[in-house]
Amino acid sequence: MLAFILRRLLQSIAVLLTVGLVAFSLFRYVGDPINAMVGQDTSMEDREALREKLGLNDPAPIQFFHFIVNAAQGKFGLSYRTSEPVGRLIAERIPATLELSFCAAVFALFVGVPMGVYTGLYPRHWSSRLFQAVSLIGISLPTFLIGILLILVFAVWLRLLPSFGRGDTVMIGWWSTGFLTWSGLKALILPSITLGMFQLTLLMRLVRSEMLEVMRADYIKFARARGLTNRAINFGHALKNTLVPVITVTGLQLGALIAFAIVTETVFAWPGVGQLFIQSVQFSDVPVMAAYLLLIGLLFVLINLAVDLLYFVVDPRLRSQGGSARVAGH
Amino acid sequence: MAVASNNPPLLDVRNLRVEFPTRRGTLVAVDDVSFDIAPGEVLGVVGESGAGKSLTGNAIIGLLEPPGRIAGGEIRLEGRRIDNLPYEEMRKIRGARIGAIFQDPLTSLNPLYSVGRQLVETIRTHLPVSMPEARTRALDLLKEVGIPGAESRLDHYPHQFSGGMRQRVVIALALCAGPRLIVADEPTTALDVSIQAQIIALLKRLCREHGTAVMLVTHDMGVIAETADRVAVMYAGRIAEIGPVRDVVKNAKHPYTKGLMGSIPNLGVRTERLTQIDGAMPRLTEIPAGCAFNPRCAGRGSRCLSERPDLMPAGTGRAACWLHDRGGVGRPLAKETIDA
Repeated sequence: MLAFILRRLLQSIAVLLTVGLVAFSLFRYVGDPINAMVGQDTSMEDREALREKLGLNDPAPIQFFHFIVNAAQGKFGLSYRTSEPVGRLIAERIPATLELSFCAAVFALFVGVPMGVYTGLYPRHWSSRLFQAVSLIGISLPTFLIGILLILVFAVWLRLLPSFGRGDTVMIGWWSTGFLTWSGLKALILPSITLGMFQLTLLMRLVRSEMLEVMRADYIKFARARGLTNRAINFGHALKNTLVPVITVTGLQLGALIAFAIVTETVFAWPGVGQLFIQSVQFSDVPVMAAYLLLIGLLFVLINLAVDLLYFVVDPRLRSQGGSARVAGH
Repeated sequence: MAVASNNPPLLDVRNLRVEFPTRRGTLVAVDDVSFDIAPGEVLGVVGESGAGKSLTGNAIIGLLEPPGRIAGGEIRLEGRRIDNLPYEEMRKIRGARIGAIFQDPLTSLNPLYSVGRQLVETIRTHLPVSMPEARTRALDLLKEVGIPGAESRLDHYPHQFSGGMRQRVVIALALCAGPRLIVADEPTTALDVSIQAQIIALLKRLCREHGTAVMLVTHDMGVIAETADRVAVMYAGRIAEIGPVRDVVKNAKHPYTKGLMGSIPNLGVRTERLTQIDGAMPRLTEIPAGCAFNPRCAGRGSRCLSERPDLMPAGTGRAACWLHDRGGVGRPLAKETIDA
């Protein structure tokens, strides 16, 4: 178990180094950082001096090493666009994105999983067919369209919810939260639904097909033969056996929620890192882009690590096998 | 064990009919099956795949898989009719009054829960006992089914047990609330031959000790001969012959049973060739008129092609064959004349 965690940690570090290399290449080779930093009237000598001072004349491996060491300390240099430290820019923006992604994930899980269980248990019921049909729409409509439609209905026509921004936020240390004010909570609703809709339908369809599969399993039939209550069978025996794939997909999708909040943040003018990234792309603000890339890489790796550990909690078969098999099935 | 006829039967199945509605019409998978099981009796049910023996078992425990349904007849347990009970009523009977054991012990247990938890869960579903009491009972059951080191095994997961040990756990699960009847559907088919005998002996011993009756569904005539008190032979959804096991094995009355017995190899006796029954059991869509066995029967007559025989007294048991009717099989027919 411990060996497994260590192995996973080493793999995670390898992944992060690779992402770091990509980020570094972006930094180093997309355009000339000196050009981006100095004015047009700077002389060649000054440019060369700056180049030397920033260590840009060092061999690439040395530069990469410095980049990684700095990145590990959260130092990504100054933004080309605002001349603020990149670390601070991201720290200002990340709470908005994480809160939005969290709400979207909760929405997707707490609506998607029960719907999946229901449609899996009663596949022929008319409401299951309705859910299936609606989920097809949810899975095929692009995120921005859902967002715009929601804005049209709830912000423009009904005037119930705000169409952009986070509302009022409260600072807790460096973390700005929208959870503690009424307008902050109201502002979360539409973006969360927009962002979570795809994941919801994905989860629903996944849980449904897993439930259909598991309900045919012999141990379910045997559980019925033992006279267990439907509740114990459906939620204790069946649902738990669908969890391993559900956890896998949820973990991956949580990473995707954070990474792809970009579109939703753009539609709702949500002041998160996704929006920051879009602005950085427009300005070729490479330090911010590189930091964003690394941040997303780090989040993905952390989530996957958590997912791997959750497998052990759910499936006893993995505990004795040292976790070599991701999904054990007979 | 001959059962006195004045004892009320534990299980009484009358004219059971199981149907599968399909697009091309209704298939009758179990047709007019009647039998009873006395308290403590072991009834073997044999037949080829598709003869309807498992479906009969599933109908009794109320777990026919849709679209299969009971279309006629009655099932009574201890005098109470159980085939038309609402799901929730039947659920309380399953596990408590009727236990079930299925073919594959590898897949019968939920892989994510320890065997102790599955035992305790079943015990507490049916008996009003506290958690520690249920655990003690679970431990006793594991000891009773012969699991070595039961104390430490209680918290182990199914994948930590061998196939034979898992089937012992399954038996413990079926017995946990003290059922009066166990429907065992091919309980040894998935096991190694060396383990099969142990499991059968265990099942037999436990049921004798607890006074539990068994409906033992299998296609293994050897298991039946060793274990059962009476045997029912099924063919194409009907009972072809039913009677005391000794008589059916040694002195079968139905041509199909005779053929079945002839196909069992006899250890130590070198025979030139095992007899075999030509042809195959008809599919449900193609059951011929008259006796369902008539295309494969060497002794058939004209009556066998037109009239379907019901069970009639034959020797110590009953057989569904016109040979045992006063009217006989009618004009004898050579086998080839009809095939052509």
